[in-house]
Amino acid sequence: MNKMRKWILGATLVGSLGFGGAGSALAVEIEYWQYFYDARVKAMEKLIENFEAANPDITVKTTHFPYADYRTKVAAAIPAGQGPDVVQLFYGWLNDYVEARLIQPLPADVFPLEQIETEFFPMVAAMRQGDAYMALPTAVRSLALFYNERLFKEAGIENPPANLDELVEIAKKLTKRDAAGNLTQVGITTGMTAQDHHWFREVLVRQFGGDPYSDDYTKVNYTNDAGLAALKFYTGLEKEHGVTAVGFMDEPQAAFKAGRAGMHIDGSFRIGSLDKTRGLKWGVAELPEGPTGTKSNYSSYWVNGITTKAQGEKYDAAVKFMQYLTSDEAMQIWLETVGELPAKPSAALTDKNVKDPVYGPFISGLGYAHTTKFANESAQRQAMMDMVQRTALEGQALRDSLEQAAAEEQKVLDDYYD
Amino acid sequence: MVKFYQDLSISHKQIVWAWVFLAVPLIFYVTIRFYPTANAIILSFQSWNLLGPRTWAGMENYIKLWNDPVFWKVFRNTFVYLLIGTPVSLVISFTIAFHLDKLRFMHGLIRALYFLPFMTSAVAMAWVWRWFYQPVPIGLFNNFLASFGISQIAFLNSTTNALPSILAPAVWAGLGFQIIIFMAGLRAIPQTYYEAARIDGVSGWTILTEITLPLLKPTIVFLVVLSSIGFLRIFDQVYNMTLLDPGGPLNSTKPLVLMIYDTAFNAFDMGYAAAQTVVLFTVLLIVSLVQLRILRDR
Repeated sequence: MNKMRKWILGATLVGSLGFGGAGSALAVEIEYWQYFYDARVKAMEKLIENFEAANPDITVKTTHFPYADYRTKVAAAIPAGQGPDVVQLFYGWLNDYVEARLIQPLPADVFPLEQIETEFFPMVAAMRQGDAYMALPTAVRSLALFYNERLFKEAGIENPPANLDELVEIAKKLTKRDAAGNLTQVGITTGMTAQDHHWFREVLVRQFGGDPYSDDYTKVNYTNDAGLAALKFYTGLEKEHGVTAVGFMDEPQAAFKAGRAGMHIDGSFRIGSLDKTRGLKWGVAELPEGPTGTKSNYSSYWVNGITTKAQGEKYDAAVKFMQYLTSDEAMQIWLETVGELPAKPSAALTDKNVKDPVYGPFISGLGYAHTTKFANESAQRQAMMDMVQRTALEGQALRDSLEQAAAEEQKVLDDYYD
Repeated sequence: MVKFYQDLSISHKQIVWAWVFLAVPLIFYVTIRFYPTANAIILSFQSWNLLGPRTWAGMENYIKLWNDPVFWKVFRNTFVYLLIGTPVSLVISFTIAFHLDKLRFMHGLIRALYFLPFMTSAVAMAWVWRWFYQPVPIGLFNNFLASFGISQIAFLNSTTNALPSILAPAVWAGLGFQIIIFMAGLRAIPQTYYEAARIDGVSGWTILTEITLPLLKPTIVFLVVLSSIGFLRIFDQVYNMTLLDPGGPLNSTKPLVLMIYDTAFNAFDMGYAAAQTVVLFTVLLIVSLVQLRILRDR
């Protein structure tokens, strides 16, 4: 602390003596927080390096925490005034921070409303409060179908499934059992614990003709024939077709990584870790279409926002940093390092990106993606998980289980919005 | 102040110094234990999401708790952990300690082997057991069963098997400590009683029930209270073995502490979590007091 004070004093002296050249020679240090994920940390280091090179009077100090503690640490630190100046938050958390007046709106002169609305993908609109944007993402994520090329070749399958019927047929060809009938390889992974609850809500329910929520995500709306058909399809993969098992090899991505699963639905953030898996040859396809040709996808994102701790010159520096984080350049770096998709069509829909065999399907998915507004994501996921478990372990009828899940999820929503 | 101190007699000065030294742990306890406890009790009557200000909610959190079916299920689970875990672990550890006490051959090594799990991190252990319990093709137990053509057992993915499956490693992990304490208790029984019994020609069973167990009572009281508190607060094993669906499937393994954690750090409903904590605290207090009373008096 003392050292820093001396250093600032020194810097001030130098500045006032006129050695600093034009503008402010006062080095401002701002603090940035994100959660620990190797690729994200590397990407952020690269971004900061570029930013500091362009703005020599600003230094950015980053801190990261394990994902498990991140939300708690941020929630404890920011109200205490100990936190960062610029912080990365999950889009679903932002409301609580805005309500508690811990996040400052982005200045309208630097981030004009119309410009954001035209430049960013439409799902970013969830970050708008009144006439200002509270935070903006660098990258967004969507879902796609990963498939194991080696297993496809072995089973003589040429193309990934285009629709749900083909998905079932291909999955059947990819399933293997031992002499006793135990699954040793699944056609497709399932598990509401991973990304499947998004696939169910925003994709399957819509594809079977429904709309998972109404009234701006405050009312559950899948207790109808569409919801039932979606659940029947999902649970049917295991019960009827026997092409999967919940909990096979503990978690879906583990089974896919180990080459024991033919297909696997996951987010673009999985690319990085699959890339590093030796001996695994995989491809990506858009999510299969529904029975009537409906395409849908789920998109989520992390946003960067300026906390109320940043004041004066730190605020100015934070705004500059935000500007850089939302630039096309930063988005491309983020895409190449983390595998998350640019939040602006101008950066995402470049020829190179759309034709990319890996990023392409994800980016195409963004065009028709929906973003669930969660009140409490883990509790809402739990409702989906229990819905499937009740039918599998307790033999509950699909409709009863669906209705119970809807009631549970509605209670979570009511508790939050009341 | 200085004058006042100088006027004191030596014995009074000694008392002053005694208090000065006593003040260190006292202040520590008040700030580290009592203040947060009191704060949690106050918080249980409030509503707070960690970010905004706290607001008074009256009895709302407790009423919500009373009407929450998950809470009652979790409450039941917590007592199942206690009522199975404590007796089973004590019987096993006593049996082992009793026989180990008579054993001379490789005594140290065997004792160390039993103690080893106690020193191992509960998290690492839970993950290894989680792997053991997996279905074919990766689970150790099920692969073993499958190789003999026996059908698989759903250890963790079952509402009836999951709780015992999680309890087993928890009991196993605690054995080492209990064995050591039991052995210390056994060694503390004067040999003269046994000599007298042997002269009278009493059977081994009578020696066990009339001499060994009654004289082990302080040890048993200590272990019952300690292991009960342990099982009532079970968390690590459950959380790590059911990480993807904490306390699942269908809340069948969820203990109270995990529900508190979930309410506090996933739902960020701090007041409700505090109310649950107050209930846990009360339960722990009552169980410990009842056990002390029953086991101490004759």
